[in-house]
Amino acid sequence: MSRLSKFYTFLVFLFLYAPIVVMIVFSFNASDSTGLLEGFSVKWYRVLMGDRAIMQALYNTLILAVASSVAATVIGTLAAVGLDKWKKNWVRTGVMTVTNIPMMNPEIVTGVSMMLLFVFMGRLVAGSGTLGFGTILIAHVTFNLPYVILSVLPKLRQTDPHLTEAAQDLGCTPLKAFFKAVLPSISTGILTGMLMAFTLSLDDFIISYFTTGPGFQTLPIAIFSMTKKRVKPDMYALSTLIFFSILVLLVLINISQARGENKRARQYKKGEV
Amino acid sequence: MKKRSALAHKMAVSPYMLWSALFIVAPMFFVVYYSFTSADGGFTLGNMTQLGKYTDTFLRSIWFGFLATFLCLLIAYPLAYAIAKSSANVQRTMVALVMLPMWMNFLIRTYSWMTILQNTGVINNILDALGFGRVKMLNTPGAVILGMVYNFLPFMILPLYSVLAKLDPSVVEAAQDLGGNSLTVLSKVILPLSMPGIASGLTMVFVPSVSTFYISQKLGGGSFDLIGDVIERQFQQSYNYNLGAAISLVLMVLILLCMAFLNRFTSGEEEMVV
Repeated sequence: MSRLSKFYTFLVFLFLYAPIVVMIVFSFNASDSTGLLEGFSVKWYRVLMGDRAIMQALYNTLILAVASSVAATVIGTLAAVGLDKWKKNWVRTGVMTVTNIPMMNPEIVTGVSMMLLFVFMGRLVAGSGTLGFGTILIAHVTFNLPYVILSVLPKLRQTDPHLTEAAQDLGCTPLKAFFKAVLPSISTGILTGMLMAFTLSLDDFIISYFTTGPGFQTLPIAIFSMTKKRVKPDMYALSTLIFFSILVLLVLINISQARGENKRARQYKKGEV
Repeated sequence: MKKRSALAHKMAVSPYMLWSALFIVAPMFFVVYYSFTSADGGFTLGNMTQLGKYTDTFLRSIWFGFLATFLCLLIAYPLAYAIAKSSANVQRTMVALVMLPMWMNFLIRTYSWMTILQNTGVINNILDALGFGRVKMLNTPGAVILGMVYNFLPFMILPLYSVLAKLDPSVVEAAQDLGGNSLTVLSKVILPLSMPGIASGLTMVFVPSVSTFYISQKLGGGSFDLIGDVIERQFQQSYNYNLGAAISLVLMVLILLCMAFLNRFTSGEEEMVV
């Protein structure tokens, strides 16, 4: 890289990381100011650990992310397998178009439209107060589904169609052939889809905001109600902790990828592959 | 046997078809239904005729959205190019570094900008200490657009990078060998070939920018209402679902129109290449 492009890259990354650096620095502030440093302390981390509501919200977020990503992975993988074999006709085109709606629509419209459905149904069934864990779970599964389907479908297309036939010729039932031959070859796509669904669910605020009630708060929603008032550095402490856990995770993934590639490169040089 | 497996495949899709009919298609129907009914359920055009008073807000949202999208493209393109030109290990690290801020909650990052820009914030404290005095940065249109650019910049960098990384260097060399100077090579070869990345980057920045509501509230201080703010208030404060649905419906249509407008530029160039 030339010196100019190095400098430019540095400037853009400075911009991207400025608020995160500020957040990390002020999470160690001795006073409750988020504008002026008044000494070092870890008291905001202690305050955070003692905050029941935040810990409950963290727990809710994790439960929701696990439940919605698993459900979306099962429904989405099944759908992808069926759609892959489905011959091109208007039904298939229709299903694929509908799949794109949540990805193309602004999140606020997706959230609002589901809220309208839930409110309307709630009035018919139970009066008011339908919004809660059930509705937010439905919403998260819904916006996760397209990501699962779109990461499994390409893997299915790469899979040799004769694989199933071969397995069946060797005596497998169709179901067993699917589990023994197809599933292993699309497993990376399924895993990618599930991870994407999990992280999308963890981080979602806008759709959650419109589809949950006061009884079920996720972390982003708790953060939203806190930033309505003046934020205390304990929120920054929480974000700092999240930031470093993600950083460690990314570094680990990066190292394992680099190792895999270097190993392949060495084997290639030796003529093993 | 064939018939049975076709049936099995239809059965595999059916849970998803049921799910998407209930929770993707039906909600869209309810947006239309609420838009054209009053609170007691009777048909009305009243919600639509009320929209006139939000014209300024609609125009401001679209204008801010276009500005933020354009700025993102301007900032992201050279960076994506620089990343695509570096070694494999550097590329991997840089892409991870671009993605890392996206994993942080966007509310916190936006709030953090608020504390940076405010009159007693980090930048103003430094300016004051250097003797320049304090500058009002928070609660300006610039702050709102900065928030949009900041939050959605990675959505522009990543698709541009993935297109530029796949760009065949021999095509660029061929253009240079044929006597193109660097500007010609950029405008005749590199830019047209990166159009698919530009197109998806434009969509991925424009749609969330136009419809945002948190950024404008925090960085604009409530004086630069965007259409997302109006929708949010109808649903969470004044509980006027019918008007909220009407605004959402118009927003959806407007975004589709804007995307068609943006895509005309990008797809036209693509055809030239082919």
